[in-house]
Amino acid sequence: MERLTFDLAAQPLRELNTFLHTGAKEGKVGHVTVLNPDGAHNIAVGLDCPIQVEVVGHAGYYAGGMNKTATVTITGSAGTGVAENMMSGKVHVKGFASNGAGASAHGGLLVIEGDAGLRCGISLKGGNIVVGGSVGSFSAFMAQAGRMVICGNAGDALGDSLYEAVLYVKGSVKSLGADAQYEPMTDEDVAVVASLLDQAGLAHDAKDFKRIASKRSLYHWNADANQEY
Amino acid sequence: MCGIVGLLVKTPALREQLGALMVPMLIGMTERGPDSAGLAVFSTPLAENERKISLYSGLTDDGADFNWLGLTHELKGHLGVTAAVEPKGNHAILSFDIAPTVVKRWIKEHHPKLHILSTGRSIDLYKDIGTPAEVAARYGFAGLTGSHLVGHTRMATESAVTPDRAHPFTAGEDFCLVHNGSLSNPNGIRRMLEPRGITFETDNDTEAACRFLEWRLREGDDLETALQKGFEELDGFYTFLMGTPDKLALIRDPFACKPAVVAETDDYVAIASEFRSLAHLPGVKHATVFEPAPEEMYVWNA
Repeated sequence: MERLTFDLAAQPLRELNTFLHTGAKEGKVGHVTVLNPDGAHNIAVGLDCPIQVEVVGHAGYYAGGMNKTATVTITGSAGTGVAENMMSGKVHVKGFASNGAGASAHGGLLVIEGDAGLRCGISLKGGNIVVGGSVGSFSAFMAQAGRMVICGNAGDALGDSLYEAVLYVKGSVKSLGADAQYEPMTDEDVAVVASLLDQAGLAHDAKDFKRIASKRSLYHWNADANQEY
Repeated sequence: MCGIVGLLVKTPALREQLGALMVPMLIGMTERGPDSAGLAVFSTPLAENERKISLYSGLTDDGADFNWLGLTHELKGHLGVTAAVEPKGNHAILSFDIAPTVVKRWIKEHHPKLHILSTGRSIDLYKDIGTPAEVAARYGFAGLTGSHLVGHTRMATESAVTPDRAHPFTAGEDFCLVHNGSLSNPNGIRRMLEPRGITFETDNDTEAACRFLEWRLREGDDLETALQKGFEELDGFYTFLMGTPDKLALIRDPFACKPAVVAETDDYVAIASEFRSLAHLPGVKHATVFEPAPEEMYVWNA
């Protein structure tokens, strides 16, 4: 398989994304290196073939967004909305990620080795997210399906209005959101966490994680609740 | 949307390059703020009894042809003040050695359309409508020197696109603030401050935050205490970056609705809304890069 390099200091981003959307599908190039990303927005968005993309440096907003089958690695940090609406494949951020990481991801795996900002995994729809550091407030808000593994701590209102996504946290949680609750870790949970940690390349003991899932008390309108939840 | 940038050089030799390092930062934020731009630069303070004010003549009938030297002659004639002036088109820095309130009152009486941008011993301020590149070229930002600066690119949402509503805003002496975001209670803040004799020059929401914090500082709060009161009183979305003669300070609202990223090396601390404004800085590939947390205070000393 061939390797290609795009230097965004010398080439426009559109050249990279056009190649990734067209030429890459021919399957001759297996690996693309992106140099000098310098915080540009929309790097390697909307990929739809099993190519490896390595972004060497800091990416801007929406890097790896809508990813399908590709593997996108960012050696630095990622801006707002990394891997937003990912369908499958993998997005791996070696540094930290800003707000809204993995928002509404339907599938695939998002790995953030550092901290993630606020609203990580908001409206998660089936993807998996592993965060090596901590996540900010309102993470997994209204998350519907998929799993989040948080190796550090979580901010306020973790898992507020959760549906069927499941969260695993090793560190402390500043506060749980409405309708989120701790549940006992089953053997199956430990196996899931161990597998995700393994896929992320992070060394933690899966038994040290706590499980958080929905109480399901917000699923149905309850007129007797008198607006008190 | 708006863009903010800040730069504080730790290595004294870099003070000569402060403006040159900053211009690409400001231009990098053009997409976030294409309608106006401005900055406040802090340099070695004048003597204890001296003050300088930054003035903007773009709203006067003469615009960039304003007779700045004539202004100093008038001041000499009317007030007996010897003032030095450094003009740059529709902008000038006027320095003198009497109480600034006397000079400012005289300017408001005799040149009401002349806009007073800043007052102090350290601060020079420039702001105008236009793209960041245009504004930077208009005032020769690349040649500015000093220890630290605060800059802004504006995409107006809360008030009109006019030079006086561009950022930074100032209040009192040697204090300025830039804002990315929008406040939801600026009128409440105004109603609280106006009975205390604090007057507003625009209807801009950022001006309310600026005057609120400067009022707290003037009431004796240190910067950290004033910022804590800001968290309690100011409602809305904000990343604020503030400058004083010896500090840069940054806060973000509890929801971190507006972005900020910091790059720090042994030579400088650079702050911007997005990394793309920091990417050109020397040594940034090895800098410590981090995102400031919401509702935390970040204060860097010059």
